[in-house]
Amino acid sequence: MNKITDTYDVIVLGGGPAGLTAGIYLGRAKLKTLIINEGSIGGQMVLTHAIANYPGAKVDISGRDLSLDMKAQAKTFGCKIESNVEVTSMDLSGELKQIEIDDDEVFAAKAVIVATGGTPRSMGVPGETKFKGSGVSYCATCDGDFFEGKEIIVVGGGNSALEEAVSLTQYASKVTVIHQFDHFQATEHAVKIARENEKIAFIMESEIQAVLGDQTLTGVELMNMKTNQRSIVSTDGIFVFIGYVANTVALPGSLALNSRNEIVTDAAMMTNLDGVFAAGDVREKRYRQITTAVSDGTIAALSAIDFIQS
Amino acid sequence: MLNTNLKHITSEADFKQVIESNEKVMVCCGRMGPMCLPVYDIMEDLEEKYESVVFYDMAFDSPDAHVIRNHPKSAGFMGLPFTYYFKNGEAVEATSSIQSKKQVKELLDKHFA
Ligand SMILES: Cc1cc2nc3c(=O)[nH]c(=O)nc-3n(C[C@H](O)[C@H](O)[C@H](O)COP(=O)(O)OP(=O)(O)OC[C@H]3O[C@@H](n4cnc5c(N)ncnc54)[C@H](O)[C@@H]3O)c2cc1C
Repeated sequence: MNKITDTYDVIVLGGGPAGLTAGIYLGRAKLKTLIINEGSIGGQMVLTHAIANYPGAKVDISGRDLSLDMKAQAKTFGCKIESNVEVTSMDLSGELKQIEIDDDEVFAAKAVIVATGGTPRSMGVPGETKFKGSGVSYCATCDGDFFEGKEIIVVGGGNSALEEAVSLTQYASKVTVIHQFDHFQATEHAVKIARENEKIAFIMESEIQAVLGDQTLTGVELMNMKTNQRSIVSTDGIFVFIGYVANTVALPGSLALNSRNEIVTDAAMMTNLDGVFAAGDVREKRYRQITTAVSDGTIAALSAIDFIQS
Repeated sequence: MLNTNLKHITSEADFKQVIESNEKVMVCCGRMGPMCLPVYDIMEDLEEKYESVVFYDMAFDSPDAHVIRNHPKSAGFMGLPFTYYFKNGEAVEATSSIQSKKQVKELLDKHFA
């Protein structure tokens, strides 16, 4: 790691709703605070076209607008934000935690709040990366219209998969939902709407083993999970909605994670490492929403303030 | 016009003028969607660092965006945004769908260093 460029009271890793809320509370408490964010400010909120369940915000506010409002609020209270950077190294042990960005600047702080959120899960099969952006998509509203009149596959069995399958029928001539279990995780209502749609077909208990095609995507190799029988299904495109994984890969191995690689905290958002707190989707919890991320961010910030002042 | 802080290309004539009168040009052609917004943000961030490159966006749904939509390098693209790198008026690279800052920097360094 390079030499320390600047020292803060608290560094917040992640600029989604959890991290930005922590930044607002820390800034208001007059702690010198830096938010380091690897992606665009707002995190997963930016993926949401309209947010209808964030109390007090204008109905159907876009995720981007809510993100920009939270960012502006954090900055108003003096919080510094480094966005779209890459965290290249970190040491969270010891009294002064150090985080290096872009193999260049190193920032140190007495406390760190990890609010790195989650990333859409990819299938991890051969051919998936090759056809990303030319047949494999993770966003129906972004790429649906490239599949006008085409036959496509939707992978997944939760609410997102079934709702997006229905929305994709406005473009595609046929949508085949492929799901690994014999039942859906989606709500009964979402399942009913998808089942009633004549353009949607279902292949259950099956998993994609490979995405096929030379220059263009032509199909997938499927395996039936019950019989282990393999088959080829032709398709023009694949939309993947199989959940999210916690962004903990870049974190030090000494941080306690559960079996799903989510950070384990207590009710004060404290991790097993002294002076390291976690907030939002990255930590072990049942409900992942903007409101719960904001709540976690508040608690983590207040706990970090206590930690620094004690 | 897209709601970003980038400079905007709004017509075919504008497009021609931009790529012909600048040596190094990056154009991101998209919508205000979740796959496009991160790329605009990255470009805004990099504007200062890559002073010799000019950064523009273009609304994918504007009729004149056919110059990007129907560009030979867009063949097979099925994910927004379509991001182009022009050197001396020639498209030297194009990518489809969301890109990370690292990927964008790699292409800027590869073609415009
Ligand atoms: C399509 C979609 C629609 C949704 N709709 C709604 C909705 O309508 N209402 C609702 O309440 N919730 C909704 N959610 C859920 C909600 O967006 C999340 O629960 C919330 O954003 C989690 O906030 P977070 O701050 O914990 O993490 P995130 O929002 O994931 O933000 C984490 C940030 O940390 C950054 N990061 C990752 N790794 C690192 C690292 N190593 N160092 C630094 N930064 C890092 C990421 O780039 C990201 O910017 C939706 C989610 C999705 C995907």
